Amino acid sequence: MQRKSLDLWVGIFVLLGAAALFFLAMKAGNMSSLSFEKTYPVVTKFDNIGGLKPRAPVKSAGVVVGRVGDIRFDDKSYQAVVTLELENSYKFPKDTSAKILTSGLLGEQYIGLEAGGDTNNLVAGDRIKMTQSAVVLESLISQFLYSKAAEGKEGEK
Amino acid sequence: MTGAIESLGRWVRESVVNVGFATRTFFSVLASSGGVLRRPRLVTDQIHFIGNYSLVIIAVSGLFVGFVLGLQGYYTLNRYGSEEALGLLVALSLTRELGPVVTALLFAGRAGTSLTAEIGLMKAGEQLAAMEMMAVNPLQRVIAPRFWAGVIAMPVLAAIFSAVGVLGGYIVGVLMIGVDEGSFWSQMQAGVDVWNDIANGVIKSIVFGFAVTFTALFQGYEAQPTPEGVARATTRTVVIASLAVLWLDFLLTALMFS
Repeated sequence: MQRKSLDLWVGIFVLLGAAALFFLAMKAGNMSSLSFEKTYPVVTKFDNIGGLKPRAPVKSAGVVVGRVGDIRFDDKSYQAVVTLELENSYKFPKDTSAKILTSGLLGEQYIGLEAGGDTNNLVAGDRIKMTQSAVVLESLISQFLYSKAAEGKEGEK
Repeated sequence: MTGAIESLGRWVRESVVNVGFATRTFFSVLASSGGVLRRPRLVTDQIHFIGNYSLVIIAVSGLFVGFVLGLQGYYTLNRYGSEEALGLLVALSLTRELGPVVTALLFAGRAGTSLTAEIGLMKAGEQLAAMEMMAVNPLQRVIAPRFWAGVIAMPVLAAIFSAVGVLGGYIVGVLMIGVDEGSFWSQMQAGVDVWNDIANGVIKSIVFGFAVTFTALFQGYEAQPTPEGVARATTRTVVIASLAVLWLDFLLTALMFS
């Protein structure tokens, strides 16, 4: 009898640990966003991806429709090649455009897809041709400063 | 002068011998672990002793560490107007660092010392020698079950510590200070990765389990069989295990998150 109660307590202890891990994975981690749905790869090229990371979300109209798969550098065109893993249940027209966006002012970067009007849909291995690079804060500020300086010179004349 | 050089040489030589001896003992503990599979009851007994009895102190410490992280994190983040990131801060610091490390330090103090004292007194009372006389291998019968119980209990305790800590941060941050609940959890889920952060934390806690339990058992097994020797061995357990945990943590962090 005593053995049984001891085993019971050890069982409760191990189950508590498993429950804690489950809580961390589901509630604190991104396990709940891990979908086991089949995906199809679509390739995009960007001039500058900013701080985009693998496994960043791909959103269309704010809904997550896939994840960023693989990011490489192409030394022929000097562009970043980003593979998007889109979920099979979502179809997009061939002339869909991709943008790199930021959630909030300093939040994480994600890819936004905007559907076009083509009647044919993207299939695995297709390339999204219309892309818009990430906004890099430094270049934005330097542009602003240059335009200010130019304005100042015009004022002097 | 020559005396100083001689004692320095002896000290270096003894340290190297000790490292070699500890390594040999480690492998003979691993080699005599086969008996554990045949008699799992020995391990469950020890998990009950090591794990269940440490549960309360681990859970309470986790709760308070979570409280403090919630408060301090809020004050600092509030300065930059980004208190929504509180959940992310609490969860990342707990799963990556504080969960495994603080649990291992508490584990060394709570369970490691009792293991050392137990084994040391067994040795002082010549129980281990008596076992050998009866052709029972003390490594197999006494050391190995305790070793594996510690290795199993440590990650369980660390997971409980982190989970309770996240709840503590939630209690202070959301319920008491009033950070928005939705952004608390959603920032956390966006920033904490299951493999990079949570699984690496679990790996850390398993490594710490090996280090702390083995240090405690080795110190007990090698203690001078006198009351003073056992006392010294217990102190050494805490010192060596804590230093080993902190050093291993630095090493693992550099390997995992670089």
